[in-house]
Amino acid sequence: MDIGGTFTDVVLQTGARQVPTKVLTTADNPAVGVVQGLRQVLKRAGREPADVGMLLHGTTLATNALIERRGARTALVTTEGHRDVLEMALENRFEQYDVNVDRPVPLVPRRWRLTVPERVNAAGEVLTPLNVEAVRALVPALAEGRIESVAVGFLHGYANGAHERLVRDVLAAALPDISITLASEACPEIREFERFSTACANAYVKPLMSRYLADLQVRLAALGVRSPFLMMTSGGGLTSVAAAREFPIRLVESGPAGGAILASRIAASLGLDRVVSLDMGGTTAKICLIDDGAPQHSRAFEVDRSYRFRKGSGLPVRIPVIEMVEIGAGGGSVAAVDRLRRVEVGPRSAGAMPGPACYGRGGERATVTDANLTLDRLAPDRFAGGAIVLDAAAAQAALIRDVAAPWGGPDCGAAEAAEAVVAVVDENMAAAARAHASEWGKDIAERTLIAFGGGAPLHAARLMEKLGLRQVLVPPAAGVGSAVGFLAAPVSYEVVRSRYMRLSAFDSETVDQVMTEMRAEAREVVGAIVDDAGRETRQAHMRYLGQGYEIAVDVAQPTTAEALRGAFDRAYEALYGRLIPGLDVEVLSWTLTLRAEVAELASPPLSSASRCAAHVVSGRVERSALATGAVVAGPANIVEDETVIVVPTGCAARVDDQGNVLISRRA
Amino acid sequence: MTDIREQLTWNLIWNRLLAIVEEQAQTLMRTAFSTVVREAGDLSAGVFDTRGAMLAQAVTGTPGHVNAMARSVGRFLAEFPLPALAPGDVLLTNDPWDATGHLNDFTVVTPVFDGARPVALFAATSHIADVGGLGFGPDGREVFEEGLRIPIMKLYERGALNKPLEDVIKANVRDPVVAQGDLHSLAACNRVGAERLLATLREFDLRDLDGVGRWIIDTSRRAMAEEINRLPDGTYRHDMVVDGYDEPVRIVCALTVAGEVIDIDFSGSSGLSPYGINVPPNYTEAYASFGVRCVVGNDVPNNAGSLAPVRVSAPTGCILGAEFPAAVSARHALGQMLPDVVLGCLDQALPDVVPAEGASCIWNPVLRSSQDVEGRLRSSRFVINPIFNGGTGARAGKDGLSTTAFPSGVRTTPTEVNEVTAPLIFWRREYRSGSGGAGKFRGGLGQVIEIAHAEGAPFVVSKMFDRIGHPARGRRGGAAGAGGRVYLKDGGELRGKGRDEVPEGATLVFETPGGGGVGNPAERAPEAKRRDAEEGLI
Repeated sequence: MDIGGTFTDVVLQTGARQVPTKVLTTADNPAVGVVQGLRQVLKRAGREPADVGMLLHGTTLATNALIERRGARTALVTTEGHRDVLEMALENRFEQYDVNVDRPVPLVPRRWRLTVPERVNAAGEVLTPLNVEAVRALVPALAEGRIESVAVGFLHGYANGAHERLVRDVLAAALPDISITLASEACPEIREFERFSTACANAYVKPLMSRYLADLQVRLAALGVRSPFLMMTSGGGLTSVAAAREFPIRLVESGPAGGAILASRIAASLGLDRVVSLDMGGTTAKICLIDDGAPQHSRAFEVDRSYRFRKGSGLPVRIPVIEMVEIGAGGGSVAAVDRLRRVEVGPRSAGAMPGPACYGRGGERATVTDANLTLDRLAPDRFAGGAIVLDAAAAQAALIRDVAAPWGGPDCGAAEAAEAVVAVVDENMAAAARAHASEWGKDIAERTLIAFGGGAPLHAARLMEKLGLRQVLVPPAAGVGSAVGFLAAPVSYEVVRSRYMRLSAFDSETVDQVMTEMRAEAREVVGAIVDDAGRETRQAHMRYLGQGYEIAVDVAQPTTAEALRGAFDRAYEALYGRLIPGLDVEVLSWTLTLRAEVAELASPPLSSASRCAAHVVSGRVERSALATGAVVAGPANIVEDETVIVVPTGCAARVDDQGNVLISRRA
Repeated sequence: MTDIREQLTWNLIWNRLLAIVEEQAQTLMRTAFSTVVREAGDLSAGVFDTRGAMLAQAVTGTPGHVNAMARSVGRFLAEFPLPALAPGDVLLTNDPWDATGHLNDFTVVTPVFDGARPVALFAATSHIADVGGLGFGPDGREVFEEGLRIPIMKLYERGALNKPLEDVIKANVRDPVVAQGDLHSLAACNRVGAERLLATLREFDLRDLDGVGRWIIDTSRRAMAEEINRLPDGTYRHDMVVDGYDEPVRIVCALTVAGEVIDIDFSGSSGLSPYGINVPPNYTEAYASFGVRCVVGNDVPNNAGSLAPVRVSAPTGCILGAEFPAAVSARHALGQMLPDVVLGCLDQALPDVVPAEGASCIWNPVLRSSQDVEGRLRSSRFVINPIFNGGTGARAGKDGLSTTAFPSGVRTTPTEVNEVTAPLIFWRREYRSGSGGAGKFRGGLGQVIEIAHAEGAPFVVSKMFDRIGHPARGRRGGAAGAGGRVYLKDGGELRGKGRDEVPEGATLVFETPGGGGVGNPAERAPEAKRRDAEEGLI
């Protein structure tokens, strides 16, 4: 079950069969949509709620609460003299030419950033003991201010969290109903702004997520579902509801993570070592690079990039995430003509409400979906499984008014305008993919594009041509790819600790101690879900002395300074193309991840559809009517319930024995 | 219908060119060695047509390169006309007057050939940390003292590295590995741009960029001209005095709007300084032009068309029109002040659009370990160069931004990272209450930073700060922001410039300047006043 901004996708897996559905997200109470979707798939599969053996859930609820600022009344208790870390941030503007640009508004306003005397240094030694009386003195103000949630973040708390824990003890005793997040637990990592930002974001969504999860459990019980229940995290792993309630911030990008996991599993099973995934929904498109079956991973994410999805315009959170680039290119992205008479698409989106003009739900602006409909690339009566009947006349009228008239004048018709809109959105996605690959020092050409989400299969073949990709792969149930991905996800938990160390002063005892600590913490979470001890991976986040960014390097255990240096050199050279000989290397943080498969989810091999003689078709075809080996010659549209696969002229699609549709250029 | 198709193709190619130069810049940022390039975006990247007219430029952290790099390519072509160049040639200079204003900025130009036919040029500029001489700073008296100067010449000829040139560069800088790495990353990012461009020509079946280039330039020029046309014709004058290095510097500006063009003239500004804070005309043009572009036509991408309608002049002999061989190493100190002056002129033509003056100059002290006269260290060795910002001026209808870089695009370093890399304790770093200039809209706040050595040892601070004696002024009745301060906590004011020793056990305090306010403070909305008081900002 994946709650997205526009749609809630539910997929039921029974044996090798997957039954998908798509319902509109019920923004007011998302649990309603989840239950509705669940009912629908159960009915379609002819099953009862009690038959459900395991529920996997991803949600953008935390993200939405942050974007819409609907979270708890939150306070931050921090070190005296450093009250404004959260608001001073990196002291930069993310848009060079706009003097009216505003920096992201912090989740905790200044009046609720409360300071107490205490100070710890970079080595974790106490310079000024915590003034416990000053902490007690905060209690009346917190109570009077109806503060629901408190984040505690002290300088160098990652090196010594004792003061933060002491604050928790005092506040929890005095205010038992208050929710408390310690920065040293939510993100024990150096860099105060990002750590405090993460802790405050966690504190901000914690009460709300607790309430939502409790409500959902009640509704599921009422429906008759009695199965265990796991949550999808942004890092691509499953976690327990208890862990999710403690650190709900780790759930923010869970939907897109599911998609990337799906693509990774397909890549691994087909032996595709260089893959790019494209997940295009109603509001945005997300692109992820997958090498050797593993999606790119990082610890930096920004929630609510409010200014054209620009880097720096959001709230940074340091959590394990699958690294993706997200741009404002979705079905609902609005098309317009700018002052320079250029067609522009996005980043504004009509979303689900009012939605594209063709939804007939009050939306008037021309969107990508309107353009696709006008170009006859959608099945009007099948859209989102028939949830919405599309109005072609409304789409054309919007395109004429918003694009054709201002752009091409009276000679320009709806079809030309639609072509322009699709061409521009394709160009935007191609540019984002190239830039993302370039940022990570990787090549985009010759990869396999795995396309899912309602919009991607419509645009994938054109991206293949623009980016010089090898082929496009559209998995079964592509329209609900993220939810399908949950079914393929492992249970996993990543723990981080900052322990500064120069390789010239390498201290293996400290490394062992840090790893032991982290292992215990990860085991506690993973062990509560599965018996399997799991697979452990470790990384050091390293850089040349004094540089600004760290790169993640795998750590063997036991390890040595020489081994770390060698691993760093290899990773650095792969990323930046060269080394700086003779310069010392420093480690800022360490991470440890435990992954284990969920036995219930050990997915049976997908059924091989009965092989039949290859036959070539074109035009409009039903995906369900295509058997293994079927070939579809472009131009053609392959229609299914949640999406349409567009096969352009000059390309051909083939169905493999896993039910994937593979598009490549015709020789 | 054909022109609609062509219109769409050109539309896509313009987007593509903008994407290509962003990728070019991204490649440079990722592969550069210099910290300022990687973290502050002190770099530029652009694509030019075969006449040397810029078609697209990446949006990066530094306005100082905006026109400077665009002009620079013309100088390269004057020295090496395109017919004299061959595939595999790569050109280079760091001449402050031919490139971007000081020796630390290296510009590399690469012609792109489709077969044997030249189709475009790529240029990229980045800041190399050390170029020999006295080192980066205002201490030189002539450019000769500021480091090695390379006239426009070939770094590669037909694909072969000019080894003697590289050896000379490596022999003359303090960190040859870094310099060499940065030169190669400049050449590499142009190569990425060239590959992408050739693929684009093939994809759209184009022979060259001439047609689409003319369209981009014309469209942009028209869009800029439309915007300028909306401004009332006339000459608008404004001047500003700033602290300067050894004595205050007066910047005098006359901005003339005449139909579709803007002429900016800095006649009457102070004369040359004996120190390296002089500004070459190309750099003056860049920052002055950036000031205009912030409020006039900022939706039009930078290219030859959008830059052409704004013309800038600074007379020879004035500090903003410094000619060879003036010392120019720290030209950014005054350069960063120019947008405020230009905006002061524009305020008269565009009332209620332009922000008040801000701190503008970044405060980036060098903090290092102290040595006694025999050169013995008084504590463990360290050097850090953190960046602190003051407040920006209040905007039309909005308060200024507190502790935010403008016009520069740099980012700050976290306190925790500073404390890991140096034996210093930052006891305080937070908003400086009351430092924002009062007004209907308040100026942004500066910050207070208190720094002491962890073991109480003495340490050294080098400064190049401004807006201490000359705070950021308000507009339309708005008050000035608070001036900056540098002092020791137990007494003793320090200068904003030069080097000082912080004695044993002492705490060094910086108070960065606040931004100016806009409008009469009495008209400030009661809600905003209440919030200011509640939040402790005033």
